[in-house]
Amino acid sequence: MDRIPILRMGDFLLVTIQVDMHDRLARTLQDDLTEKIERTGAKGVLIDISALELVDSYIGRMIANTSAMARILDAQTVVVGMRPAVAITLVELGLSLSGVDTALTVERGMQRLRTRLGRTDSADDHHQE
Amino acid sequence: MTITKSDVIAIRSEHDIVLARQNVRRVAQDIGFGIVDQTKIVTAASELARNTVVYGQGGEMRWEVVEDGAKRGLRLHFVDQGPGIADLSRAMTDGWTSGKGLGLGLSGSKRLVNEFEIDSAPGRGTRVTITRWK
Repeated sequence: MDRIPILRMGDFLLVTIQVDMHDRLARTLQDDLTEKIERTGAKGVLIDISALELVDSYIGRMIANTSAMARILDAQTVVVGMRPAVAITLVELGLSLSGVDTALTVERGMQRLRTRLGRTDSADDHHQE
Repeated sequence: MTITKSDVIAIRSEHDIVLARQNVRRVAQDIGFGIVDQTKIVTAASELARNTVVYGQGGEMRWEVVEDGAKRGLRLHFVDQGPGIADLSRAMTDGWTSGKGLGLGLSGSKRLVNEFEIDSAPGRGTRVTITRWK
């Protein structure tokens, strides 16, 4: 079964969605991400959707749910790279993703996560016990 | 109004929802839709194809390139023989869902297109037709 890879960088997780996801793949990603947060104790999750040409209500709900689940598991999520046409369409569709933190680029998303976690140093050399 | 090109694809599984989006994207590009128009009609198609699979027990999507004078557009018909919808006006309300969705499929896709028609009754299946003009 196909899966979307989740990369670990220190205590951040990075997901880059590069395929047109069918519904089951979106559900699998949601499950894999929450499981990986729990297993690694990750504090931040970055979801890069810059390659996505479409976010419909199903994928939108997956993104909102993942972000809410991560928060409950003590991790912050930032969704980065949404294309303008996708943003326009999502809002007209009726989904504003109001509980989801977003940034324009991966770099800014990383910065946002660090700020929110009260850090100024880089993520990968920082370990807390 | 004339139909200059058309085709039908089966919509039976989650995978067919992806195929429907790809087909609609390709045709929308062929007739020169801009990126926002493409995204809107493809997203509407995704919502309606999912309804066909989840609530209509499968069916088909017919796409048509239509011309009306100087206007050119893309028209999509989603047809299923499923249980049908008893209360259409309620089904068109944001947030109303008979299942596990968000209830944005019909109302949301209507906002993404220029024309929207729905015909459904219990036991007669559902037919949704949408058109987006260039």
